[in-house]
Amino acid sequence: MYNLIGAGLIVIGAGIGLGQIGGKAMEGIARQPEATGKIQTAMIIIAALLEGLAFGALFLGK
Amino acid sequence: MKIAQKTIKFLTIAMVAFFTATTFASGTDKKHDDQNDGGRVNTKEEVEAYILHHIKDSHDFSLFSYTGDNGERHHFGFPLPIILWTSEGLVTFMSSEFHHNDDGHVIVKKKGLKFAKVHSKIYELDESASSISFDETHHPTNAHKVLDFSITKSVVGILFIGLLLLFWFSRLAKQYKTKKVPTGFARVLEPLVIYVRDEIAKPNIGEKHYRRFTGYLLTVFFFIWVLNLLGLTPFGFNVTGQLAVTACLAIFTLVIYTVSGTKGYWMHMVWMPGVPVLIRPVLAIIELAGALLIKPFSLLVRLFANISAGHIVVMSLIAIMFTLKESLGVVGATGLSLVLSFFITLIEVLVAFLQAYIFTMLSALFIGMAVEDHDEHH
Repeated sequence: MYNLIGAGLIVIGAGIGLGQIGGKAMEGIARQPEATGKIQTAMIIIAALLEGLAFGALFLGK
Repeated sequence: MKIAQKTIKFLTIAMVAFFTATTFASGTDKKHDDQNDGGRVNTKEEVEAYILHHIKDSHDFSLFSYTGDNGERHHFGFPLPIILWTSEGLVTFMSSEFHHNDDGHVIVKKKGLKFAKVHSKIYELDESASSISFDETHHPTNAHKVLDFSITKSVVGILFIGLLLLFWFSRLAKQYKTKKVPTGFARVLEPLVIYVRDEIAKPNIGEKHYRRFTGYLLTVFFFIWVLNLLGLTPFGFNVTGQLAVTACLAIFTLVIYTVSGTKGYWMHMVWMPGVPVLIRPVLAIIELAGALLIKPFSLLVRLFANISAGHIVVMSLIAIMFTLKESLGVVGATGLSLVLSFFITLIEVLVAFLQAYIFTMLSALFIGMAVEDHDEHH
């Protein structure tokens, strides 16, 4: 029961984080379209790190 | 260029359609089986057991199975060799001797030892025991595990992909000896190789050192990508969704960036310059834990969790046609699960590439951190 609540909290947190990363990256690309490549790379790396954290927490909580 | 784009689009769609259609082909057999059983089995439980069984590695290569008119279970596939290292030395036999039994009822006797298979793990029974018994948590009480070097389904997948990559890339390499532009399938591989070199290795490791590590990055990229795609075929491979496989890949990366770390990298890790002396040991603990534990752990868990989760989602959506058969009707449930699993499979094709890219990218990033030249002035 508690681990299900924990899993829900993890997903909420990861969702907020991913939304922030994606939104800010979009803003950045809109401001500076010529930097699209660099922004995308950085975005994917940070999203991957966040995802690793979220999966790690889900994995340990299970 | 336009033609090439159209061909790639067409190929992608055809591939996805093929994957979905063939998975459904094996799914239909199961439905047939369900009707024959006359509702004897609980569909939901069976689906769950089937998915959990698929996620794990197995000792035999089974494509599909059904129950015949006389109530007998028929299996299609082929057995794989089981290689065990026991107290009596090496023991080998084919997995067909277990007769597809997975709950420990079939006992195989070899060299005076008794073996039973429980949930894809092979146990050696104690001398006095004639059948396996379990405690409340379903752990065997009168048997213990043995060292298992079997050629399992995942090992077959790895060997197959290894040979395939060897064949593709040795042909690509050979073509550069005679001509400047490769022909045939090598033309598909060349842009990918250049992509990994120019977009992953060069910017993350740096102009000076990237050549040393490009070979490893290319190997890891193609290995993960092709195995991820193999996991989407209906043969039921789940190689990159095995913790052992992803852990092994992560340990390769760990060893490479640990061994090739420069003096500056280690100095920054164990005795950070430019901060107060009292904080340095604290930082050293954090940095060491990060570099030796957290980085490889995040690499291995990310790949494992993404691929396993993808497989579970695809199979659950296919299972919709059995679980919602009563409420939506046969056509409705099948249509719903066809549409949903088609689009999820499409996303999974993207995820297969993305996970290979992220693993390679982060490996390159970690290696780049280890080999970059620190300027001594802070």
